[in-house]
Amino acid sequence: MEPLVLGIESTCDETGVALVRGTELLADVTASSMDEHARFGGIVPEVASRAHLQAFLPTLTAALDKAGATLDDVDAVAVATGPGLVGSLTVGTAAAKALAVALGKPLYGVNHVIGHAVVDELVHGEFPERTMALVVSGGHTSLLLFEDSGATVTELGHTLDDAAGEAFDKVGRLLGLPYPGGPHVDRLAREGNPQAIPFPRALTAPKDMAKHRYDFSFSGLKTAVARWIEAREDAGEEIPVADVCASFADAVADVLSAKTIAACAEHGVTTLVVGGGFSANSQLRDLIAARGEAAGLDVRIPPLRFCTDNGAMIAALGSKVARTGVEASRLDVGVDSSMSLTSVTA
Amino acid sequence: MILALDTSAAISAAAVADDGTVLAAEAFDAPRSHAELLAPMVQRIVEAAGERPEAIVVGTGPAPFTGLRVGLVTAATLGHAWGVEVHGVCSLDGIGLRHADATVVTDARRHEVYWARYEGGRRVEGPAVDRPHDVPIPGGVVGAGVSLYPDAFDGEAAALAAADLVAVWRRDSAEGIADFPLEPLYLRRPDVHGAPRP
Ligand SMILES: [Zn+2]
Repeated sequence: MEPLVLGIESTCDETGVALVRGTELLADVTASSMDEHARFGGIVPEVASRAHLQAFLPTLTAALDKAGATLDDVDAVAVATGPGLVGSLTVGTAAAKALAVALGKPLYGVNHVIGHAVVDELVHGEFPERTMALVVSGGHTSLLLFEDSGATVTELGHTLDDAAGEAFDKVGRLLGLPYPGGPHVDRLAREGNPQAIPFPRALTAPKDMAKHRYDFSFSGLKTAVARWIEAREDAGEEIPVADVCASFADAVADVLSAKTIAACAEHGVTTLVVGGGFSANSQLRDLIAARGEAAGLDVRIPPLRFCTDNGAMIAALGSKVARTGVEASRLDVGVDSSMSLTSVTA
Repeated sequence: MILALDTSAAISAAAVADDGTVLAAEAFDAPRSHAELLAPMVQRIVEAAGERPEAIVVGTGPAPFTGLRVGLVTAATLGHAWGVEVHGVCSLDGIGLRHADATVVTDARRHEVYWARYEGGRRVEGPAVDRPHDVPIPGGVVGAGVSLYPDAFDGEAAALAAADLVAVWRRDSAEGIADFPLEPLYLRRPDVHGAPRP
């Protein structure tokens, strides 16, 4: 039988524990300190770290109960050792090591962002030989090429400034929407006209494409939105909030999907995975599905509960590396807040 | 055998036999490497002691935040996995135990110290966090604060031996104290500046 892998996620404000055997998810439990941060308008690292310490054992117990398993059944422990907030990563990593020591089982320190893509194996099965993945969230915007059935990962591009979800939150703030603003912008965008305002598409001009073919940039777009709103306000005009949201969201989805689909064609890849919390964004989902289909791609977007930060993504990646015989991490492995996306394991 | 851990300052661990003999002990003064070093240290100590612990005693600080949590989550998780009780002891008590009448001062960073006052090895005031010159010192002073703030403190820069936390726990539980909470002694509220959501 394939090994039972326990996965621990603690890179930001979610404490997640999940159990995976092969590509089958047996349990996935998440505790979040999100509500404690809302009044500060952003994640407070120390508040998140304190919450991880409180939440870890209850989350572990709940996950084991749900899977009908005990710790003695666990064959390997996987934990996200980066990228993320140092204080948060430290709690989960220390807990994972304690389990590995107590159980005498191997430890796999794995990459959180790569987990956002590999979690799709729990839904749509193992990756083919070559797979493209776009990972988009409030913290990440990366285009990853998986080769050798996922054993080798190359980061083709990433955002040079804000992540896509972060840009949404900032535009939400510009429009006076509650924190986090992203989901509100997405909701309002569905009521507006995406063609109303021609916001810029960064890094798509020929001179930028030469150097940043698969990179993204959203801070200029956010500034363009701010300028456009200011100009209307100065003129004493009302702000068409839904049209601003729709046009902004369209600019983001257009660039993300265009570059991703071009990357698939240029690398001869026919399977595309979209992961990360921002894959909930409706314009992005619709546009990437439509353009992907037109380009003959198999577009895999896992259900939303797999896209936010959770233990399932870490257990899925842990299970993948354990199955493929990757060497376990050393017990003195450290956390890495800016872990390279070419490192699947630590 | 009782396993003792502390990450309030240095990273230290010890295995203590029922008669108080220290079977194995290690300490590293590596203030930013708690997450790396503690687990292998525990593994070596348990191996050297040759048996699984019957209980775990862990220092609950006070301490700057990130390192302290490494010891607490490690102790709680080991205890859960092994099915043994985990007892929290104020880390300063392990130093105060060895000094009849003294104020223990340790590094709280940001130009402050954690401190507690001891009489007959028992805590009578604190723990608290203050600027060095604001700490009341009716008697002697011990702890890392002495070497950090020689202007304020004259005494001995003694460090905690994890095994002494077991001695504190044994003494206090023999006197009928039943509650050794694992609550971290942060003594400060979190700094509030938000970061973007990943
Ligand atoms: Zn994430």
